[in-house]
Amino acid sequence: MDGKGKVIYINGPVVKAEHMADFKVREMVMVGEKKLIGEVISLEEEIGTIQVYEDTTGLRIAEEVYSTGKPLSLRLGPGIIGNIFDGIERPLSKIYAGGGQFIPEGIGLISLDEEKLWNTEITVKKGDLLKSGDVFAHIQETSLIIHKAMVPPGIKGKVIRIVDNGYYTIIDTILILLDEEGNNYELKLAQEWPVRQPRPVWQRMPLEKLLITGQRVIDTFFPLAKGGTAAIPGGFGTGKTITQHQLAKWSDADLIVYIGCGERGNEMTEVLEDFPKLKDHNTGNPLLDRTVLIANTSNMPVAAREASIYTGITIAEYFRDMGYNVALMADSTSRWAEALREISGRLEEMPAEEGYPAYLASRLAAFYERAGYCKNLNGTEGSISIIGAVSPAGGDFSEPVTKYTKRIVGTFLALDRELAHARHFPSINWLLSYSNYIPILSDWFSDKVASDLMEIRSKMMGILQEENKLMDIVKLVGEDVLPDDQRIILEIAKIIKVGYLQQNAFHPQDLYTILPNQYSMLKVIDKLYDRAYACIKEGIPLSQVKEEKLFSDISLMKYQISEEKPELFQKLIERINGYYDSLENRYKEGSTDED
Amino acid sequence: MKIKYLKLDKAEGPLIIMDEVPDAIYGEIVDIEVSGNKHRTGQVIQIDKNKVIIQVFQGSSGISLDGVAVSFSGKPMQISLSHEILGRVFNGMGKPIDGAGEIYAHQDYNINGRPMNPVARLYPRNYIQTGISTIDGLLTLIRGQKLPIFSGDGLPHNQLAAQIVRQARISEEEAGNFAIVFAALGIKHDEADFFAKAFEEAGVMDWVTMFLNLADDPVMERIITPRCALTAAEYLAFECGREVLVIMTDMTSYCEALREISSAREEVPSRKGYPGYLYSDLASLYERAGMLKNTKGSITQIAILTMPNDDITHPIPDLTGYITEGQIVLDRSLYQLGIYPPINILPSLSRLMKDGIGKEFTREDHPDLANQVFSSYSKVQEIRALAQIIGEDELSEIDRKYMEFGRQLEEKFAKQDFEEYRNLNQTLDTMWKLIEILPEEELTRIDPVLVKKHLRK
Repeated sequence: MDGKGKVIYINGPVVKAEHMADFKVREMVMVGEKKLIGEVISLEEEIGTIQVYEDTTGLRIAEEVYSTGKPLSLRLGPGIIGNIFDGIERPLSKIYAGGGQFIPEGIGLISLDEEKLWNTEITVKKGDLLKSGDVFAHIQETSLIIHKAMVPPGIKGKVIRIVDNGYYTIIDTILILLDEEGNNYELKLAQEWPVRQPRPVWQRMPLEKLLITGQRVIDTFFPLAKGGTAAIPGGFGTGKTITQHQLAKWSDADLIVYIGCGERGNEMTEVLEDFPKLKDHNTGNPLLDRTVLIANTSNMPVAAREASIYTGITIAEYFRDMGYNVALMADSTSRWAEALREISGRLEEMPAEEGYPAYLASRLAAFYERAGYCKNLNGTEGSISIIGAVSPAGGDFSEPVTKYTKRIVGTFLALDRELAHARHFPSINWLLSYSNYIPILSDWFSDKVASDLMEIRSKMMGILQEENKLMDIVKLVGEDVLPDDQRIILEIAKIIKVGYLQQNAFHPQDLYTILPNQYSMLKVIDKLYDRAYACIKEGIPLSQVKEEKLFSDISLMKYQISEEKPELFQKLIERINGYYDSLENRYKEGSTDED
Repeated sequence: MKIKYLKLDKAEGPLIIMDEVPDAIYGEIVDIEVSGNKHRTGQVIQIDKNKVIIQVFQGSSGISLDGVAVSFSGKPMQISLSHEILGRVFNGMGKPIDGAGEIYAHQDYNINGRPMNPVARLYPRNYIQTGISTIDGLLTLIRGQKLPIFSGDGLPHNQLAAQIVRQARISEEEAGNFAIVFAALGIKHDEADFFAKAFEEAGVMDWVTMFLNLADDPVMERIITPRCALTAAEYLAFECGREVLVIMTDMTSYCEALREISSAREEVPSRKGYPGYLYSDLASLYERAGMLKNTKGSITQIAILTMPNDDITHPIPDLTGYITEGQIVLDRSLYQLGIYPPINILPSLSRLMKDGIGKEFTREDHPDLANQVFSSYSKVQEIRALAQIIGEDELSEIDRKYMEFGRQLEEKFAKQDFEEYRNLNQTLDTMWKLIEILPEEELTRIDPVLVKKHLRK
């Protein structure tokens, strides 16, 4: 028999075949004459159920199913960075180069380029004892990333043969290990790993560093720790993708894995066109040199959408093992959940909520748990931060995917349709969002930025909360009837919203704010609030306290103060002090006159 | 010689089930001969051992279990295309119905198409001037974009689409190199006639290809119609190098047809009875818009859908909005105020606008200006809500200015005649005039440099 099944049932991406007793669950198979890639998802006696990652139109009954003997795996090695892959790591640029303007089916299992020669620097010598995860070669893969070839997990031994420094492909044997039982292992620059299995680490570490994004509302209001998880839920048009792109562009991770999961084709094209032109904030090298793209656009086969998330996280783990901080963006996890639902429906499984399978929550949790800050097998430290977009049906956050995701993630950035309509971007609702990382990052903040940063942040949050309460009254009776000490709250809240939380992703000055400037901006607003509030309490009317020019300049400081001129913040503070000092003096004189 | 099968197992709604077909192909087209010489078309949608489930596009009514002859073509659904399709009218299955004969073609095309490789796509950046202020100024349409109109029953979405067709100027040198593909999905005869007349009046009839599945045509054919239309569009765009505008109306009827077939197949429904794959299915249509690198031609898509009960969170507009590159939302209360086109700008959006406007494309002040108008108009809504409670006279000075801004925006900017064409400069200058009503401190969205340059000029 030699592992051949025969197709007996076809329903979209779900195919059943008989004579499959020798196959294994989760084994990768090839289906039919076109050799469509599939994965066995269940076996019952002789009959296996297969999910096929390509369009099954044209597949005929009684066509054969071929065994590959291994689970759905990725090839991990040099050639990943800067590349764009489909949901099962097939390079889309290579398919395009071969004439594929449109993606054909039956192209087989191609992945990394096997012919390209890599300039390899060997870092071990004959006789060395190597264990799992140990690095044996360095390759400058792009201007930003040194690719470290590692001993695959589960293998150790003594180097008995090794090549010299030079140019090698990913299929050339670099060294041979001999273990204690006398087994030989040929190691190459690339290794394989099954996508559904997390790569092992030495131990997980506590999260304590900030993932710096340059986005003010995230960094200081709802921060994300390196190794943490965040969800960005929002209806259509609320700016999920732009927020994800901003994080991919500006966050201080070493490597970005961007998964376009069931989203628009043009969005992937945009990344492909923009990222080579954009410069990395820290090094000035092209951003594409630290980016990996996985694209399963909404019209690509739905089963591969389910796999794309695992492909992305496996690549992220591989680079974490080298000691890099990786940030993974998944846009959108809802499309992944819908792919699960679609396949589950075709398998005639019992649906739970809204047709989603009962295992949705556990699959989501298992995915997000692959994030973390870890000590790797080779002793280095690396991290994976996951930022997942969620597209709730009808913008309703009580639907299953948002609900389950909320239970798992550490930072919840709720996008708001009202804010988006007012073109307040990023449209992160400050009352619904939260970050569980604030307590564990507070040491980091006081160490690296300023000891009172989190204190000012809570004060600002307090003002925003207060404003929200007052707005309920304003909506009924108008602003004019409020006493001045409440109206000043509204004015300051407006500055926080317009001048701080709003950030224009397309304005060259505003798209990224370094942390010290974020702090200084908050300090300016805080100073304005303190001085203005004190004056109101002295009985000075709001019309005097609210100096239009000063308030408007503070609202616009984000456009005018560049990274090179931080002293302008000091000038603003001096202006505030100057104005209110003289106001108070005038008022005091005035009241003495009356006396 | 293909075998004909003479016996059905079951016929129910749009489905027929046959046993003992040993070599059926998934997705292949079958011909069903009913009582002698009438033919129907079906498609294999599921195979279970020797049992085959076929979806019949004309429905199973009139079919008896042994009065039919079914032959399997071995091929997926295809249509013949050549340059001659321009100026022609087809039914929902791609058969000519204008009496001008069959299409002579060398090649047949699979109507399901294939997903465009994201690497092969060219990111759309050139705007299309529609001459409609709200669209050009605030929701700029980009060539290669998919921008649907979310409408409601009785709103003038057809007029708006017709006006776009008539006025859309891509650019001078490409005039005469465009084409329109029109797909009618379950709309009424008079609506189809309205479009035919509109195309004629615009003098573009020779460049229009129409695919008509009208309200009284077989419902299941509606699944095929947009695919025929988009295949024709891909042919005209990427093989003939034309700039193609595709209009598909009404997507709501299409989705209902999809729901009907899904429930006949006894599938597990998700929201409101629509199948769980509605998103993927819609994406397989909408994603066929775009442009390709190193290839002439483009497909711009304007799909029209009527929101059931004007509810934007209904699955059809909701899933559409997640796939398309923005949406133009029509609003009943604006229409009742006599404003045409009744585009509600706040929930409307053009996602590709950000990369197709500004210095190199339209005008340097365009992005900030549009941003400011959006944000100020959203403030107007808050103030209007307040004015309803406390009365307009009680509003503060600045709030009254916002009220005035809102009124003028609707009257002088949004409101436009069906025949009126405004160029982009006119539109942008009107926007500056509008924000002049507001105090300068309120203009927080515009770079101060631009304010200095343009305000009150």
